[in-house]
Amino acid sequence: MPKITYIKNSGNSQTVEVANGLSVMEGAVQNDIPGIDADCGGGMACATCHVYVKEEWFDKLAKKEDGEEDMLDMAYEPNKFSRLSCQVLVSDELDGLVVRIPLKQG
Amino acid sequence: MIKTDTLIIGAGPVGLFCVHQLGIIGLKCQVVDNLDKIGGQCIELYPDKPIYDIPAVPECTGEELTKNLIEQIKAFKTNFHLNERVEEIKKVEKKWITKTNKGTEFESSSIIIAAGVGSFEPRKFTTKEIEKYEGKQILYSIKDKKIFKDKTVTIFGGGDSALDWAIELSNTSKVILVHRRDEFRGMQASIDKVNQLKDEGKIEVHTKYQLGSVSGNEKVESINIKHDDESLKEIKTDYVLGFFGLIMQLGPIAEWGLNLDKKTVPVNTENFETNKEGIFAIGDICTYPGKLKLILSGFHEGALAARGCFKYAKPDEKYRFEFTTSSKNVKNRLGVKE
Repeated sequence: MPKITYIKNSGNSQTVEVANGLSVMEGAVQNDIPGIDADCGGGMACATCHVYVKEEWFDKLAKKEDGEEDMLDMAYEPNKFSRLSCQVLVSDELDGLVVRIPLKQG
Repeated sequence: MIKTDTLIIGAGPVGLFCVHQLGIIGLKCQVVDNLDKIGGQCIELYPDKPIYDIPAVPECTGEELTKNLIEQIKAFKTNFHLNERVEEIKKVEKKWITKTNKGTEFESSSIIIAAGVGSFEPRKFTTKEIEKYEGKQILYSIKDKKIFKDKTVTIFGGGDSALDWAIELSNTSKVILVHRRDEFRGMQASIDKVNQLKDEGKIEVHTKYQLGSVSGNEKVESINIKHDDESLKEIKTDYVLGFFGLIMQLGPIAEWGLNLDKKTVPVNTENFETNKEGIFAIGDICTYPGKLKLILSGFHEGALAARGCFKYAKPDEKYRFEFTTSSKNVKNRLGVKE
């Protein structure tokens, strides 16, 4: 299973195995990683699963759909590497992906 | 003090259908919601998005669903207390006394929490120094636009609220609009208008900038905005407005002594009562083994919670199950003529 690393707002990182087809958000929620609340449950309607994707991984992800960028306007301190983790689906190509959770989220 | 059988917290779809279920078994209720309109997430987050999993309704939007639910409970003439958030609850003898942030007080024999993920609150700036200015020169909503007359107002955001206020206030104030990216997501007509005002020199627009820091003493004097490339720009401003939409927060519910599991309230699946006698939780806010956050599950939870409220409202009566198709009592309550 692909391994995904979440850098938490405490600064510590946690690496977990996430099954293909699940979203990076679901990987966090199932492993009780704090800071990713996913209030809307993955409907691209709340921006509480916002993460910064590590630079070298950013271009390897599928492009944002309409609506994700709009929702990111609502996120805490978005930057050019921001994504909603509910919209990033795990696959073998993403084995080793690193995402950072914004400091003041959750 | 408003006396009723059950107080429902939350006017989303699940709270609305629960009004119906209480109504047909002859219980009265009042509903409180922090939003300014009925409908909860259906209205606030996805009024135009189609929903496909309401039984017997192949497709409807959040707005249509809300409209139909309101129609379905019309006969019960329920009071809705909008723009109010329940702050405190306490038990006095066998009744629950509930108080809202506007000072409204209720006395009820039971409370049903149908509050989704909590109440909607404005999303705030995350910059450190803002707290002492919030509610004074740093605002997330506008109550009296006259305070901005002949002042400099810096507006953050890229949606309709930010654009509408930038246009409106540009008549009487110096307006600076700051947004984190080049595109705005408001109505095209508003975007065009902002661009026109910008060309006419009536609105100053800075894109790819976010709030960096705030300086001042008693009042805000200036702010620094930070570009994507980390460069800073200083802006002298009297007011700072942030329009970043709403976020759901559990809020005071966390203080009521209910068991909590993350941001949800564990309940039994017999009648969806919490660890507190007479307090029930239904919809997205409740949790139990196998819980699905679906509107249809919330309808079922509301039906059972309503029956759970019966024994508190009418301790001397025995609840008798009746169908809407055949019961004269139920039809009377619904105002249906035979």
